Order: sequence, then structure tokens, then C-alpha cells
Amino acid sequence: MTRTLSFGQAVNEALRIAMETDPDVILLGEDVAGGGARQGADVDEMGGVLGTTRGLVKAFPDRVLDTPISEMGLLGTAVGAALTGLRPVAELMFIDFLGTCLDPLLNQAAKLRYMFGGKARVPLTVRTVTGAGMQAAAQHSQSLYWITAGIPGLKTVIPATPYDAKGLLLAAIRDDDPVVFCEPKSLLFAPGEVPEGDYEVPIGKARLVREGHDVSLIGMGATVRMCEQAAEELEKEGVSAEVLDLRSLAPLDEAAILATLEKTGSVVVVDEATPRCGIASDVAALCVDRGFDFLNAPVRRVTAPHAPVPFSKPLEDAYMPSAAKIVAAVREVRG
Amino acid sequence: MQLTRPELLDAYRRMRMIRAFELKLAELVTAGKMGGFMHLYAGEEAVAVGVCQQLREGDFVASTHRGHGHCIAKGVDVAAMMAELFGRATGCCKGKGGSMHIADVDKGMLGANGIVGAGIPLTTGAALSAKLRRTGGVAVAFFGDGATNQGAFHESLNMAANWKLPALYVVENNGWGEFTPTEFVIPVKDIAVRAGSYAMASAIADGMDFFDVYERAGEAIARARAGEGPTLLECKTYRFMGHFVGDPLKYRAKEEAERWIQTRDPLERFEGRVREAGLVSSDDLRTLDEAVDEEIAAAVAAAEAAPWPDPAELTSDVTVGGAA
Repeated sequence: MTRTLSFGQAVNEALRIAMETDPDVILLGEDVAGGGARQGADVDEMGGVLGTTRGLVKAFPDRVLDTPISEMGLLGTAVGAALTGLRPVAELMFIDFLGTCLDPLLNQAAKLRYMFGGKARVPLTVRTVTGAGMQAAAQHSQSLYWITAGIPGLKTVIPATPYDAKGLLLAAIRDDDPVVFCEPKSLLFAPGEVPEGDYEVPIGKARLVREGHDVSLIGMGATVRMCEQAAEELEKEGVSAEVLDLRSLAPLDEAAILATLEKTGSVVVVDEATPRCGIASDVAALCVDRGFDFLNAPVRRVTAPHAPVPFSKPLEDAYMPSAAKIVAAVREVRG
Repeated sequence: MQLTRPELLDAYRRMRMIRAFELKLAELVTAGKMGGFMHLYAGEEAVAVGVCQQLREGDFVASTHRGHGHCIAKGVDVAAMMAELFGRATGCCKGKGGSMHIADVDKGMLGANGIVGAGIPLTTGAALSAKLRRTGGVAVAFFGDGATNQGAFHESLNMAANWKLPALYVVENNGWGEFTPTEFVIPVKDIAVRAGSYAMASAIADGMDFFDVYERAGEAIARARAGEGPTLLECKTYRFMGHFVGDPLKYRAKEEAERWIQTRDPLERFEGRVREAGLVSSDDLRTLDEAVDEEIAAAVAAAEAAPWPDPAELTSDVTVGGAA
């Protein structure tokens, strides 16, 4: 049975299934219970600042842990617990807070297995909210997945639909490596069809959203929908655009990227993050490195500018990629 | 009461300004006229004003996501703050910062902060700056009970105590870290005891009483200026409203909030004290109330009429030189 759920509800359902099917799965983070873990407290819990984990503490009272506001402590604890038999899902409320707690990911989770000669496993999932669009300004709106995607030993995924949110989260939790699971803010309340029951979406596989033959639009997270809108607009101009959703940033589905490039000969990569050292640059480099012979046009990146995210609404709107910016980029590369 | 009549009137005006400012923001956000994540300071006015009344020009404060009160107490222009929260070009951060990053460095206000606990080491740095540059200034960090569980808090206190920095660390213990009660995540009853680990002076103040905060802060700041090192001042206070505007407050018993609001409102307690002492009459305060309300109304009107930032502002101010 398939029904309509929001992205956040799909995440909640995946967490519930993961906890039902594996007693080693625990959930920890700031306000993931939202006060609801208190014994004898006759109050409704918040289930996180955005309500994503609501209801889970009632179902699994011993396995949903509200932590203090101690990101370094909670992520480090999750790494240690993962190393010793638990399968923790840690919530980093916003990916911006990575600034307070990068070490447990960068120097611990990502490296233990390698440094220990393959004798360790860190089956950790870090759920985190990414991206702009809610006027949350410079310290609550960043798309910092390029940092974790650039660290060997970590996997990073970013679903664009409720269906993928559920399946990718289940795959991430059951993966024996540390996985950073990104939840784009602007998609959290967006609805989509989600099957009941247990299913996984494999990590490392891109999703072909729409077929086309003139240009490939490659997006991730919130920019996938923008690519689809741009493709609809371009169709009116007689341009047939293919849309590829990366879904997994590390590992990157290089075969899918090269396959669409081979088919269309032209690529526009769309990323909500800043342009330097990022996923869009990575994809562009791959196209040039390994797909040069397929290219009929320059690879174009549509990204945020190299600046922090502004608060003011018109500035934030101008900061974000959009269907109009993608269409303009396609017109440019097609001459 | 060692405060003069003009000082008392000024303290009341600032507290009343914070209250009116916050209630107006709640109204504007609820009406959809203002966006972003908005955390209000109503109920905690005596802390910001009690401490800042002891500060001079050249002193610094660093704040939190709940930062409007600290701005007003430190003298940031209310009209420029309102314009900032509307995202206008005339805002004190040109519309780029918003509520969680509102600041005015020229006024010694080093910013609200979107990262819990991040203002604490900034304060340590401002105190180091004051000490090495021999300005005679002090630096004050305002932060919540939740921030004392961050490594940044412990690391900063250790350094400041070790270096005898002219700093004051003010914990606004309002009983709630977002939606979680303080006692659920902190095993000590008084956060002030945490200073003991760093051989730092500490004090506890009734954060709902302007006079108690004023006196305790005054003692600590005098020690700091005299080169005797920092203090951790715990102010027991209460967040009258939710964690943010729109918070359904389902996790907190209504009776708890009502009890604080009805019996310990810092503005009402201030009025009771000064009237009793015969220094200020209720009529004086009502005159100030009217002036404050007019100033807020004018600030809203000016902000709504102000221009949006120029799109070129998107990439300006990233670095001093312009290009990143």
C-alpha cells in the first residue's frame, strides 16, 4: 500500500521500522524526545525542533535519548556506541552545528576502521537538516554536505523525495559505515508517495528522474525539483532535458553521471551549496576528466554565490538556485 | 537604594522597551509580516538590564539566539533593530543578520548567536583584548543554562580564570533548554557551582529582580576591573513565552508559566520597589510606557517603509577587501 506522507513523516516511519527490526538501534540528540522522555511527565513531546521524531519516545522509551546541548559530546558518544555494538542514529539539529563537533566525524568515525586495519565498524547514522529557504540566516541555512562528502570513510546521502527519504534512511541505518543523512529544510513538509513496510534504497545509486536527449540537469536534494521545473520550461522551447538526482554524494554514482553525459553531451549541475570545493565542482570535474569526449558544450554550475546565507527575504531568494537560473544556464551553454 | 532617580527611570525604560519590543515581534511574526526563527526574551528583562546598567562605553557583551534584550540593554538603536528584523537595508546589519545574528559592534554588542555557547569564548577573547590593550573595559557573556553543557563554556571559563581576565559570565537559567527542563540534562542544582572547577568566583542572583542582578553584577564587574579575574553569575529567571514564536508549548505545564508571570514579573516587581522607596511614581512610569510604545510604533512604521537591500549586497561584506 502506498500513501502520501511528508518527507519528515517518511523519516519518522523509517526510524520506527529500524527500531522495531533491530534492538540495537537507538536515537539520540537535542530534544529528539522534546521533554517527552521525562518520567511521569504528562506532556506531549515536541519530537525535535521540526517535529520529525514525534511519537518515537513513547514507542521506545529506553532507546530515544534527549541529550544536553552538547554536540561534541553527543556525536562522540554515538561514535563510541557504534564502535561497541549499538547502531545509533544521532541527530545534529542543523548541519551548521558541525562547526561545534566535527572531530567525532572527521578524526574518529571516518578513520577508525582504516587506522585499526579493518578491525572496527562504526555503524553510525547522523541525521541533519540542511539548506536555506526559511530565513534562518547564516548559521542555520548552510548546505555543508560537501564537507562530509569530502572526508574518506564517511558516506553522505541527500534524498529529494519522501520515498527516497524512507528507503535511504533505512539503508543508512543498516549500513556498517558512518552515513550522514541530509534532510533539506525546504523539503521537510513536502508530500510524496511512500509505500508502507520495510524497503531500502541503495546508497551510491543516482535516480533518473526524467529522460531527455539535449541536456542533462543534475541536482541533489532541494534542487532536483528545480531541475524538473526547468525541464518543463525548456520543453516549451523545444529543448529536451534529462534530470538526474544524485541522491548519494559519497559514494558518487559516477557511472550514472557519465551515462547521462554520454547521452546528451551537455551538463548543468545544480547545487544549493556555495560553489568552491563542492559537489557541483566535483561533478563538473568528473565530466571533464572522464567524459571529455562526450562533451558538446561547457559544463555549467548553478550554485549559491560564494557568500554566507543572508537573512533578508529578497536576498535569500536571490541567493538560492532556481528553475529560472537553470533555464538561463542551459540557454547559455547551448549558445 | 544607591541608584539615582534618572538611573531608575532609565532602567525601567529599557526593561519596558524590551518587553514591548518582544510583544510587538510576536504579533508581527504571527501575522506573517516578519520571517525567520524568532526567540523572545520577555520575562528575563531584569537580567540584561541589571547587568548592562553596570557597564560603560567600551565594555562588550556577547549574546545568544535570544538576543534582542541584550541589544536594547546595551543601547543598540531600536529603530535599526526593528529594520533589521524586517530584513531592510536600514537594519543594523543591513538586513543580512536577522534576529539570530543581530549586532552592533560599535555599541559593544558582539552579536546574538545562532550557535549555542558560541558567544562565551568570544567574550573570553574580548576580555583578553581589554586586558592586553589596557582599555579598562570588561566583557560580559550572556548565555542560557543549556549552553553550560557545551565544551566551549568549560574551556572558556578555564582560560579566563587562569589568565584572570576581566570577564563576567552570566547564565540566564530560565529552567528550559528549548523544550527540555534544565534538571533533566544538568545534575547540579545550581549552575554557579561549575565555577568551582576553575577556581572562579561565582554568585547567584534572583533574575526576576533588577536590584539583585544589579548588585551582584556590580560586585563582579568591580572585581574584573580591579584585575581580580572573572565571575560566573547565575541568574534564576524564566522564559515567559515559548522557545520560539509559534512554539505550541505543549511540553510545559500552563500553571508553571502562569505562576511566574503572575507573581514574579520583573517589571511589576521593579515598580513596586521604586514606588515604595518614593523615588519614582507610577505616573512617571506610565509616561515612560507611552513614550516606549510610541517609539516602537515609529520603529515599525519606519522599517515597513524602508527599502529592501540592493541585490549587490548578496556578495558584499564577505571579506574586508570585497572579493573572497
